[in-house]
Amino acid sequence: MDVAIIGIGMHPFGRTPARSGLQQGAYAARLALKDAGIEWRDIEFAFGGSASAGNADALGNELGLTGIPFINVANGCATGGSSLMTACSAIRSGAHDIGLVAGFDKHDRGAFNADPGDWGLGQWYGELGLMITTQFFAMKIQRYMHDYGISENTLARVAEKAFINGSLNPNAWRRTPVAVEDIAGAIMVNNPLTKYMFCSPSEGGVALVLCRADKAKHYCAKPVYLKSAVLKSRRYGSFEVFAPSQALQQAEGPTVDASRAAFEMAGVGPRDIDVIQLQDTESGAEVMHMAENGFCEHGEQEQLIQSGATRIGGSMPINTDGGCLANGEPIGASGLRQVYENVLQLRGEAGARQVPGNPQLGYTHVYGAPGISAVTILQR
Amino acid sequence: MSNRLPIAEGLFTWPAKKPALLGSRCDRCGIASFPAAQSCMACGSQEVTVEELPSRGTLWTWTVQQFMPKSPYNSGETPETFRPYGVGYLELPGGVRVEGRLTESDPRKLRVGMAMDVVFDTWRTEPNGDEIVSFFFQPVA
Repeated sequence: MDVAIIGIGMHPFGRTPARSGLQQGAYAARLALKDAGIEWRDIEFAFGGSASAGNADALGNELGLTGIPFINVANGCATGGSSLMTACSAIRSGAHDIGLVAGFDKHDRGAFNADPGDWGLGQWYGELGLMITTQFFAMKIQRYMHDYGISENTLARVAEKAFINGSLNPNAWRRTPVAVEDIAGAIMVNNPLTKYMFCSPSEGGVALVLCRADKAKHYCAKPVYLKSAVLKSRRYGSFEVFAPSQALQQAEGPTVDASRAAFEMAGVGPRDIDVIQLQDTESGAEVMHMAENGFCEHGEQEQLIQSGATRIGGSMPINTDGGCLANGEPIGASGLRQVYENVLQLRGEAGARQVPGNPQLGYTHVYGAPGISAVTILQR
Repeated sequence: MSNRLPIAEGLFTWPAKKPALLGSRCDRCGIASFPAAQSCMACGSQEVTVEELPSRGTLWTWTVQQFMPKSPYNSGETPETFRPYGVGYLELPGGVRVEGRLTESDPRKLRVGMAMDVVFDTWRTEPNGDEIVSFFFQPVA
């Protein structure tokens, strides 16, 4: 049983002081239901999550208490991907025909401050100032630049593109282009990454209505089909965040594993993909994730990014909505934002940022602590 | 009277004539990890042996932490007195790559592959005068 996405809704990302995270989730859910042309009472089940804005099943208080099974999902940056994968299984199994996936969040300003105890680590790790995600990303790209000859200018180019794409997206947080010199010359946060090369924790909500593929046309003129939704966790030896030590022999990370499984499940390859959303919590992540997801060889990113291949009009458009860099990261909603964007692109409804050439296949990827990755492949 | 105390029990030998980081090595698959754990992260075996890790290695990667972290960071610094610090993974021969703070915070003086020693020094002084000791990686002179 294939699964289709028949409704999408989004609350703009950024900062919305007047609305709680939950209200932003409800806003997105109402839009998704409207887009599918159905009512909340038509929904048979729901999966949802937020990291900092409460239990997703409190959406029932906003939308109406209908008695459906609503499962709260908490899986870090892969919360949205986990909800989607599980909802997909619920439909494929035949247990349900139509359901809702929702993610929302509302974070405090500044970097996340994770508690070592929650991750099986001693308090000393946090006391010493090592429990910081930005450090990990900086150290990963630092080594990658050393190994594969990626330049600092290329890191700035990634952020430049993100803000250009964000300027074309009415739902984005950062909608003003920033000159590449200003990105490169901004204050350093974690060498080699400057302020503009990092995304910030933010707010927002996304919801999707899913149904059995054979019933999709009943609701929606342009359903988009979920060809694969895969979640993987780290194997021993991959270089991961929140790790007091790493193996001497490196293994492939969860992104590589999730990507390969998703391509296999969908029966397509990286060259078939027309529009790509990759986790870009910082510039270096987008660079590394291009290769980890199979879209190029390690080191080829330098030439691809410098030549404009990853821009909207390029041969492999990446993060067409501005990605995390322009949208910020409301953890519960972030992965679903990528799916929302690809559905728009595949419907041909992405407006000023529409990828040309009638895209058929879209790819999304998230990565998060402590080494998890979720990938989806969508087809129109 | 003030004491010198390790930041955590079991992280390194302390006090000792030649203090060393303490890792654990799996008796079954030979994998080492830091800090010492009760089971092997690679194969799950509970047959592990605690061992002292080498004191000299090479810097595998690094960054400089330019902003003061939120709690649980506990250095005794204030936003006014905070000073950026280097962080890196030190590759220890035959062991693991261990993450730690560097004694050097000038990015111009840090490069992948440079030799560093594991050293032990006061990390912070508690209000009661106790000195909390931790490990650091220091460029070989």
